[in-house]
Amino acid sequence: MSTAQAPAETDTDSARIDGPPAASLIAAGIGAVTLGLFITLAEASTGIKDFLQWNDRVGPLSGKTILAVIAYFGSFLILGLAWRGKTFALRPILIAAGVLVLLGLLFTFPPIFQAFASE
Amino acid sequence: MDLSNRETWGLIHGLLLGSFFLLAFAGGLAELYGLRTRWETDEGLVGSVRRLTIGFWAMAIAAWLTVITGTWIVYPWYREALAGEGAAGCAGAQIPIPGKCSPKDFLVSNVSGDTESWHEFGMEWKEHIAWLAPMFATTAAFIVAYYGVKLAKQGRIRRLTITLFVLAFSVAAVAGILGALITKVAPVK
Repeated sequence: MSTAQAPAETDTDSARIDGPPAASLIAAGIGAVTLGLFITLAEASTGIKDFLQWNDRVGPLSGKTILAVIAYFGSFLILGLAWRGKTFALRPILIAAGVLVLLGLLFTFPPIFQAFASE
Repeated sequence: MDLSNRETWGLIHGLLLGSFFLLAFAGGLAELYGLRTRWETDEGLVGSVRRLTIGFWAMAIAAWLTVITGTWIVYPWYREALAGEGAAGCAGAQIPIPGKCSPKDFLVSNVSGDTESWHEFGMEWKEHIAWLAPMFATTAAFIVAYYGVKLAKQGRIRRLTITLFVLAFSVAAVAGILGALITKVAPVK
């Protein structure tokens, strides 16, 4: 009698991640948290808001987004090169990237960053 | 039937680039979800990975172009300070008036009902959160390109990439929905 069975699981399902993909994950978190940080700082300080106004037509959004993009690609490049040929345990990379992304999401939410508004 | 230069750029930003990203999501998600050695032949996996790599990079590029055109071309027209003291230029307006009352002027002036929160909450959230979508989409595209066919055997990395891809879609959807709603209340003309 033959019994129908699901095919054996063939996934290697490693709990490790290679250096460059790990760098890309951490970079996404760094980019997100940088954006959130500058949004909140611009709200809290008119001096920082003025500093971030790199283009008069776009306003402070110009500085915030350019700095976030530099942080993203810069950290991607630096960590990617530094971690080339290495592997890492997946869990700590996931936790670090997750915390950074969560902070970035929180500080791009208006009720949160507007709570830091200067009088 | 005529579109102004500003309306044309609004369409390129939202309807062409933004919508492409959002519409392509379902196909990318299905392909990535099905990328398993148990479900596909070796030949099928090669084809899937090729489609995924091209599709994910195309989506990442579309996401970058969406936020760049939105921030640097359309947004300056939205935020122009035209109305003057006491929002005089918006007096009696039902929609923004080109040259006199910009969409931001119109919304914060409350001349046509309680519209200020469309700017204070809606636009403030949209203009910022949108920039996370290309970062997440680029990272997802890089992971797909880096692992290639090996992604079919790496269940955890595949699920991680799916999570990141869904996150990119979610933030883009928030920005896209808010953009559509704000444009309905206060179009850039």
